[in-house]
Amino acid sequence: MASEQATPGELAIPRRSRFRFSTVGKHPVGYIFVVPYVAFFISMIAYPLGFAIYLSFHQWSIVQSDKPYVGLDNFDRLIHDSLFWQSLRNTLKFLIVNVPVTVVVALILAVALNRGITGRAFFRTAYFLPYVTAGVVIALIWKWMFSTDDGFINNALSNIGLPRIGWLTDPFWSMITIALMVAWKQMGFYVILYLGGLQGIPQSLYEAAAVDGANAFQRFITITIPQLRPITLLVVILSTIVGFQLFTEPYIMTGGGPLNSSLSVVLYIYQKAFQSLEFGYAAAIGMVLAAIIMITAFIQRRFLGESAA
Amino acid sequence: MAELVAGAEEQKAQARTESRPVGSSTRLSRVGHIVAYIVLLLGALLFLFPFYYMVVGSISPANEVGRLIPTRIETANWHYMLSRIPVGRNLLNSAIYAGGVIVITLIVGSLTGYALARLTFYGRDFLFNLILLTLMVPFQLTMIPLYIMIVNFGWVQPGPRIFLGLIIPGAVNATAVIIFRQFFLQLPQDLFDAARIDGAGDLNILWQIALPLSAPAFLITGLLTFIGPWNEFLWPLLVTRDVNWMPLAESVALFGVGGQAGGAASQWGTITSAATILAIPAVVIFIVFQRYFVQGIATTGLKE
Repeated sequence: MASEQATPGELAIPRRSRFRFSTVGKHPVGYIFVVPYVAFFISMIAYPLGFAIYLSFHQWSIVQSDKPYVGLDNFDRLIHDSLFWQSLRNTLKFLIVNVPVTVVVALILAVALNRGITGRAFFRTAYFLPYVTAGVVIALIWKWMFSTDDGFINNALSNIGLPRIGWLTDPFWSMITIALMVAWKQMGFYVILYLGGLQGIPQSLYEAAAVDGANAFQRFITITIPQLRPITLLVVILSTIVGFQLFTEPYIMTGGGPLNSSLSVVLYIYQKAFQSLEFGYAAAIGMVLAAIIMITAFIQRRFLGESAA
Repeated sequence: MAELVAGAEEQKAQARTESRPVGSSTRLSRVGHIVAYIVLLLGALLFLFPFYYMVVGSISPANEVGRLIPTRIETANWHYMLSRIPVGRNLLNSAIYAGGVIVITLIVGSLTGYALARLTFYGRDFLFNLILLTLMVPFQLTMIPLYIMIVNFGWVQPGPRIFLGLIIPGAVNATAVIIFRQFFLQLPQDLFDAARIDGAGDLNILWQIALPLSAPAFLITGLLTFIGPWNEFLWPLLVTRDVNWMPLAESVALFGVGGQAGGAASQWGTITSAATILAIPAVVIFIVFQRYFVQGIATTGLKE
């Protein structure tokens, strides 16, 4: 397969143009090849992005013809909107549960899978299945399994004498439950990323450590974990983005409740835009969300990425 | 939508060997193996059980839904679900939606990827960086303007034009461009030089040399692209509320939460039958083409 010949860095860094004899380059036909993409980019990415910025400064409803410019009013309202803050706090709660669980479990499964075990393909398939399955399906199954009165999990708990938990009906648990379920759904993807990373660690590092008398656990701590740091960064950033974009699961499992305890930012945007028809305000929330995602990814890169190099 | 991350690490990983033995002492290594097996088996149970529970729930008699092993198999849940959701129609809608997105993505993605990898023109690197940057734009931000646009285009009225509303806004993704660029970069330069010496034009080279060699790229990109529209829920929810024009994911979701498509919120047997029918095509496609899915992820480190 061609990807095996890939050299590091090619993906991220564009090749330098080797020929710049004229202003258009060596193959002006390239412009024709990229026309469809550029047309798409302008109409479906750049223009909507500009439109979103425009919307966020207007009071814009699809049913009203009067769409006045309101300056920063939408953003001012946002700062004082307790539901918006609640949705951010909910997202934070989601991330605090989801990201560590994702990193730890994916790493454990990948390390176990990397031992050259028979049936490896079966395990990989099993772990990956939830990832390719529609979020709708996953949310519906777990909604059933987590239901308070007759769900599989509570039935199992009460069979062994433990109390039933309001997984989706208790404001404390609702977001935690969703965070665990989303970790479960995405896990297979991260296992594959970690598996790739593990296979990239030079065997000689382990051999040298073994000669120095390091036991398996010490080798794991001093070699595997630091060597996997770039993958961990990737996993943390991607799972954080998934958390910020959470929609389907709360929509289906809780509707954002109880008491808005599982209201995600995107669900709130959806409610504001398509239920209250406040497109301008919803766009302002979207702008802030986009900024938060970018800033978070940047900070994570700084923290986790720096000493990796 | 697609999100970033270009990882050189996965590339290294690809180049290295598959598995390797860990542990110096054989006895220790055997213990490690057993522990690993237990972990993996528990994991497999955790990941597969909900699917089992779903399928079994859907074929259990009404009073046994939720049991691990029903005393007999009944199709009543399925009959009820099929009477409430136009499954055939919705499957067709999903197929057109996913098919449309895949075809456009492959055409635009391969052309753009080829130009970025194999042609030299002014502004090329700028364009590639722009494409990487689009990965940072969350769909949740552009979805409101896109919705207003398709409303103005009349693409939300029940009818075939709904497919334009479903397909066009998500028809091209940067991930596809990046995968194609990556593949075309890996083709040996000699092939292209030889063809040019023979007097082949750019389109000929793409058509007769690059394309036949990049069938795997098309398969991988097609498969990775498929997951998006087939499973997408939020965008169809905005575009259409007419059950005849919904993709299956939307009608199943609304059926499940007791929305327009049905009213069986408490009937888990019927809900799981709807969930099962939505899950089957994606699961089958994944199992058949597993190798390519995994490779696609390892190649790009990108995710839908």
